[in-house]
Amino acid sequence: MADVGRHPKITLHTLSEVAEVKGFVGNFTVRIVKKARYVDASACAACGECAKACPVVYPDEFNAGLSSRRAIFMPFPQAVPSAYAINMNECLGNGCSKCSDACDKKCIHFHMSDEDFQVTVGSIIVATGLEPYDPREMDEYGYTRYENILTSLELERMVNAGGPTKGELIRPTDRKQPKSVGFIQCVGSRSHKKGGSYCSNICCMNTIKSTLVLKEHYPDLEIKVFYIDIRAFGKGFEDLYNRSRRLGVQYIRGLPGNVAERDGGGLRVAVENTGAGRIEYHDLDMLVLALGIRPASGTQKLQEMMGLQLTSDGFFLEAHPKLQPVDAATRGIFYAGCAEGPKDIKESVTQGSAAAGRAIRLMHRGVITTEPITAEVMAEHCVSCGRCAVVCPYNAITVDVKKKTPAVVNTAACAGCGTCAAECAFGAIVMNHSTDDQIISQVDALLADHPWEKILAFACNWCSYAGADFAGVSRLQYPANVRLIRTMCSGRVNEKFIWHAFSKGAPVVLVSGCHIGDCHYIDANHWTEKRIQKLHQKMEKAGIRPERLRLEWISAAEGVRFAQVMKEMELLRKSVTDAEIAETVRILEEGKKVKGQRPKAED
Amino acid sequence: MENLTMAPDAMVADNPRIGVYVCRCGLNIAQTVDCAKVAQWAAGLEGVAVSKEVTYACSEPGQMEMIADIAENGLNRIVVASCSPRLHEPTFRQMMKKAGLNPFMMEMANLREQCSWVHMQDREAATAKAKDLVKMAVARVSLLWPLTEQVVPLIKRTLVIGGGVAGIQAALDLADNGYEVVMVEKNPSIGGVMAQLDKTFPTMDCSI
Repeated sequence: MADVGRHPKITLHTLSEVAEVKGFVGNFTVRIVKKARYVDASACAACGECAKACPVVYPDEFNAGLSSRRAIFMPFPQAVPSAYAINMNECLGNGCSKCSDACDKKCIHFHMSDEDFQVTVGSIIVATGLEPYDPREMDEYGYTRYENILTSLELERMVNAGGPTKGELIRPTDRKQPKSVGFIQCVGSRSHKKGGSYCSNICCMNTIKSTLVLKEHYPDLEIKVFYIDIRAFGKGFEDLYNRSRRLGVQYIRGLPGNVAERDGGGLRVAVENTGAGRIEYHDLDMLVLALGIRPASGTQKLQEMMGLQLTSDGFFLEAHPKLQPVDAATRGIFYAGCAEGPKDIKESVTQGSAAAGRAIRLMHRGVITTEPITAEVMAEHCVSCGRCAVVCPYNAITVDVKKKTPAVVNTAACAGCGTCAAECAFGAIVMNHSTDDQIISQVDALLADHPWEKILAFACNWCSYAGADFAGVSRLQYPANVRLIRTMCSGRVNEKFIWHAFSKGAPVVLVSGCHIGDCHYIDANHWTEKRIQKLHQKMEKAGIRPERLRLEWISAAEGVRFAQVMKEMELLRKSVTDAEIAETVRILEEGKKVKGQRPKAED
Repeated sequence: MENLTMAPDAMVADNPRIGVYVCRCGLNIAQTVDCAKVAQWAAGLEGVAVSKEVTYACSEPGQMEMIADIAENGLNRIVVASCSPRLHEPTFRQMMKKAGLNPFMMEMANLREQCSWVHMQDREAATAKAKDLVKMAVARVSLLWPLTEQVVPLIKRTLVIGGGVAGIQAALDLADNGYEVVMVEKNPSIGGVMAQLDKTFPTMDCSI
């Protein structure tokens, strides 16, 4: 920790959060908002005189609320930077000033304000960590009602020599040393009702560790652990488990159904011991809830800001679970630690190193090759209407509407979503590697024979196509007449592709993309949504059943949903009669009725 | 069209000579899709000069076979009908480069994640779908044109969001390798949850 604080190559911004991320791999611009510390961290000697003078007392977060701190505080003695900070929401302000009067160095400044600044970086490592499960939701264990129930984190602070009790294990109600302690495992884990449905990975070993620490200090302490399975799968873990059992810790298979308080503050635990096959009651002086791991609170905000993907558990989704376990799907962004999923310290360290290695691999040449999948304007077809510039999520297109100069694409800023090409009514934009002709050739190929039997689905590369892959990896079965066409973004799907498909006898068409807010291209899928709405209106007008064109948002983690949507598409397809298809083909062959079927230049 | 990155290559544009490789992926694809039949059928598609079934397209022998075919038969476009392009598109683009072709003259048909693995009970329908997917890829590859990757400068600096144990390790590894690091931590100190732990398994030593 201290190495980070003094490393000449590391700039540390505490009390800071990322507010905005722009740009692309190799060239990200990041806006950081840094809250005022009200203490000059470089001058503060951490003498603590200020805190002694401060009259405002609050629960100490670092000690999980088991002790108190002042409004001016240092989170813990080894903190980096080694400096105090004022929580201004708690401070009495300038009128009090007792801390600054006590400060010899005069490093407390009430006039400090928040800073808002930008940095440019080539790569980003997301290591936003975790949040312990909040057990108040699961109140059958009585955490909110009974004082002698601690969380695993509270116990961790209590047994720490630097903690609120100087390492003494005491019962909160009578401050006496307990004679027996019970641990309840999987609190907030492996449940479909409350908390996460996944295994939080660390709680079994954390409890085993705690039993060893307790037995070391209190050999006569009776310890019982209530569990579903003990998962001691790592190197050296089984040894610790065996050591704990040899020391007399009792492992009872079964999670308690109910906890009740007895006279004197003790707790009665009712549990079905599935090992012994009977209902048992255990009287214990204290209980510890082994908390599971939840994604950090800011995860979703960051995911939306950076266009990343989450798994259904709420953790960040890696580009590939085996082969790219630290890469995000977006190039230049990597994951480390519990941001990607629950893991212990060793795994977090390993992944931190791996993420650094991947970032170095990307950056060491000093240049980066970018995919040439970008938009280009054919000036002779451009009428300078400015539509492309309006829809571009990256402001990569400039066009002077008044002077009627053709649009120009800044290829360095273009990310290749193709929304401009889809919105251009004059066919003046060519998307490299995703041209209209290239996509229509696929439509034609799949509808060449027996078109009435086929389901045509457009899927965006980042979410829906990945969701289809996930359905495959999960071996989820769905109708075999589905044919996917991959586009980089759902925003690429030009309405003429859809008219073309219907004119070739397609019974149904699906357009699928990332959920609103999750778009890999900032907000390009908003235009998809608008376009499909308009298309539905046009279909209605032309006498084509709008339901035959469906829009669905399917994320990379939603394999189940993908398979489900495909089954629904098949039901929809079966509802479309041969006569209906023939009528649609006839309407579209007449052509004139439907605006937008062909580029305006051709009309 | 003069400002397109399209490299004018008359031979490529006029005369597509396509190689189709239907991958068995061991049995991952072959147990559901009749790969031999698909390959045989694809040989009759317009522009296809070579069409083969291969055991593992991504393996060294698989790639070497393609490279040899490209040289021998003057192939200028390749269709690899195997797994998801999200997995192996970079692999086969590298193969194209090795063979002296533009990496963007290659198209993949997803016969594994989006065919054999999701239609395991219906070999006939899966084989019919595989044919369609190959046909779509052949149609598309015929219309692809060579593209050149752009080289742009890169900033040798990394943002690390979060100062817990994972972020700390990443930042130190980067910094020790000479890269600048900007670390952003929302709390007044780095350390994260790890700093709150008393002892840590499996070594039973202190966390800080």
